[in-house]
Amino acid sequence: MYLYDDLDRALLDDRVAEFRDQVARRISGELTEDEFKPLRLMNGVYLQLHAYMLRVCIPYGTLSSPQLRMLAHVARRYDRGYGHFTTRQNIQFNWIKLDELPDAIADLGKVGVHGMQTSGNCVRNITTDQWAGAAPDEIEDPRIFAEILRQHLTMHPEFSFLPRKFKIALTASAHDRAAIRVHDIGLRMHRNGAGETGFEVVVGGGLGRTPYVGKTINPFLHKRDLLSYVEAILRVYNQFGRRDNIYKARIKILVHELGAEAFGKEVEAEWRQIKDGPLALDAATIADIASRFSYPDYARLADDPTELSQARQTDKRFDTWLGNSVANHKQPGYAIVTLSLKPEGAPPGDATADQMDAIADLADKYSFGEIRVGHEQNLVLPHVAQHDLPALWRALDALGVATPNVGLVSDIIACPGLDYCSLANTRSIPVAQELTRRFRDLSLARDLGRLHINISGCINACGHHHVGHIGLLGVEKNGEEYFQVSIGGRADEKAGLGTLLGPAVPYAEVADVVEDIVAAYLELRERPDEIFLHTVERVGVEPFKERVYATR
Amino acid sequence: MTAPQQQKLKITGPVVVTANRLGDGAVVYLDVQGGWTTSLAAAAVTTKVDEARALLMQGLADDINAVGAYIAPVLRSPDGVLTPGNLREQIRLHGPTVALPGAAGM
Amino acid sequence: MPLVKSGHIVEDRFVRVLDDEPVPDTGSVLVPATRFLADHAEFAHREAPTGVIWPNDRPVAELVPHLDQLALVALVFPTFKDGRAYSQARLLRERHAFRGELRATGDVLRDQFLYLVRSGFDSFEAKKTADAEAFAQVVARYSVFYQPTGDGRLSARRRRLSDAEPGREKSAREVAQ
Ligand code: SF4
Repeated sequence: MYLYDDLDRALLDDRVAEFRDQVARRISGELTEDEFKPLRLMNGVYLQLHAYMLRVCIPYGTLSSPQLRMLAHVARRYDRGYGHFTTRQNIQFNWIKLDELPDAIADLGKVGVHGMQTSGNCVRNITTDQWAGAAPDEIEDPRIFAEILRQHLTMHPEFSFLPRKFKIALTASAHDRAAIRVHDIGLRMHRNGAGETGFEVVVGGGLGRTPYVGKTINPFLHKRDLLSYVEAILRVYNQFGRRDNIYKARIKILVHELGAEAFGKEVEAEWRQIKDGPLALDAATIADIASRFSYPDYARLADDPTELSQARQTDKRFDTWLGNSVANHKQPGYAIVTLSLKPEGAPPGDATADQMDAIADLADKYSFGEIRVGHEQNLVLPHVAQHDLPALWRALDALGVATPNVGLVSDIIACPGLDYCSLANTRSIPVAQELTRRFRDLSLARDLGRLHINISGCINACGHHHVGHIGLLGVEKNGEEYFQVSIGGRADEKAGLGTLLGPAVPYAEVADVVEDIVAAYLELRERPDEIFLHTVERVGVEPFKERVYATR
Repeated sequence: MTAPQQQKLKITGPVVVTANRLGDGAVVYLDVQGGWTTSLAAAAVTTKVDEARALLMQGLADDINAVGAYIAPVLRSPDGVLTPGNLREQIRLHGPTVALPGAAGM
Repeated sequence: MPLVKSGHIVEDRFVRVLDDEPVPDTGSVLVPATRFLADHAEFAHREAPTGVIWPNDRPVAELVPHLDQLALVALVFPTFKDGRAYSQARLLRERHAFRGELRATGDVLRDQFLYLVRSGFDSFEAKKTADAEAFAQVVARYSVFYQPTGDGRLSARRRRLSDAEPGREKSAREVAQ
């Protein structure tokens, strides 16, 4: 966990006071809505269909137990008792009142949490691997660099009015759990031939109306140069990114129009001028930020304790859950536990205040007080002693967050859609709910193996449908809800966009179509361990297309 | 972007002017007195373009009580009961179509 | 539009001269970029200071040969959402060492003041009188800054490192005040 010091706290307190003043000026009429809107957006406040929505930033997806309890408090005190975890490792409250917002934001500020830069044309929450600091295949803890970037880009005077929003993601593992190739800047930490650590810099990825997988403009950037290089990218973008058309304003369009090579040259030229200036990261600075992170004081434990093997033998359900939701930890005797927020029939990513409180307690008891939020809209307890797993599982099961469907067909990523969102064409949540009912049979789900379904209620692609193994995009046809179906997308280190299957299908038929696709896969796969994505890659989309449209 | 007041209005049936209340974001409708009401039944309804435009201008002119006024379709039953004219407006008036999690859903 | 300098509302001593207007014999003038570039030799012969209005889609590098001659560069915010002039300002100050007056013009509102100051602006054509009056209070709101810019404020990073080694730099508090 990064621990706030007096400086971090002072800035946040000032921001809370400033926002209180801005809200007061709006309510008194001194500010018009046109003037106020960008200010509230910069603090994460949207106006949705029914109410204001507050998006709260969870920097790189790491939460402490007091912070999670405060989110529960805000849900209970200012909202309707629940929150929605998003694909950007944030949480949204759907029923906040403007009158009460300054108080809610002040409460959050007490534990170092805020909504700053969760909206608006600025640099948004820096996201990373939800297993950071715990994953066995990690080079260094990417959160240290995420925090360095977070600080530098918080209230950056030059980059608070960019052409469009700007998203940065980092990973330090071979397996990319942060979807860095579909971000405005993606940073992949790796080692060069000399054994130094640095970053591959990928720019211009992104979903939405014009999806692109990002392009590498620098295969190895020394970590000393991280800030100056990001500053150079942002400066080039701020000056040359398009401002004439909101749909062409993201950096991906600039990179595409200039070409990645020419764009990279512009960045390089700018960077040469600033790389040896005050942004160069000396070892002392990196060490200073690293020293502000607290790390668990692990016990010396062995892997596979007897408690664990006994429980696995005696309780089939526990064993199933363990096989699905528990991953290896870098520390012997520990494990990473994913909490599924996708039980059958529930809105993906929602958690009640009571669940949040209980999870905070469990984190204190079993995970050194740490919780993570993943972009798949699940929670993680990152540092659980293996001998505690049976007791933890019983508690999680009682809370309803131990459905063993992590990474499986019913672990659906879905945006809020038309049930909440003012930009939506269609609903997403009921589609997800119906699919979790259709695929409630967990042994079938296990047999299907890894299969990601992503649903977005409009082209803004908050549900990342382009990179779903099966992607569903809500469109409107003559006032009715329809869905475009694509298959074969992926968000990991081999990121690629899905291929559209054919004409959009009516809302009522989406679940049938997905069932048809899954049935086709079962017939087409060569071996039981050939996952859906590999079958699509091998046979192409045609057989799936035929299956889906033959009878429609 | 065209400002709402310059947009061409095409009206195919009865419409109301709706917005969100500034203080809490609640869905409100312009009523015949020129105030805002949360009750669709009390909303000012018109089928005429000129009247709709006038209502919209009136709604937009009030920047302090309600935010983002626009024209929304409604349906009127034979006995005069008003209901929202599309799914989006139905959801705005009645809330999400899914049960809310936990206590909020009860 | 009230002009704010050094934290106060002041009178603007520059007279704007449009493209086709005659240049007065005396007094400070502020002229559009195209006219300045076309006639810069003439402006150099005038006794009184010259300022230029520089659009936000033209590289400031073009101005570099003339910076010595310019008392004022006015950068433009067509809307407050268009933030190109922040980059231009930092480049003028930090890369090209422009020491004259750097003025923010256009859609300049209260909530931009601090960002403008931090980017190197030192005069502000505020759109609203109330905002101009609140200037000093608004820019004093924050005491912590994460990023180093040319405005001389110590970044949080420097403050932390100098706290760790107090002898090496002035204490953060002294400099902040
Ligand atoms: S994808 Fe569209 S409908 Fe879904 S949350 Fe984003 S903007 Fe709203």
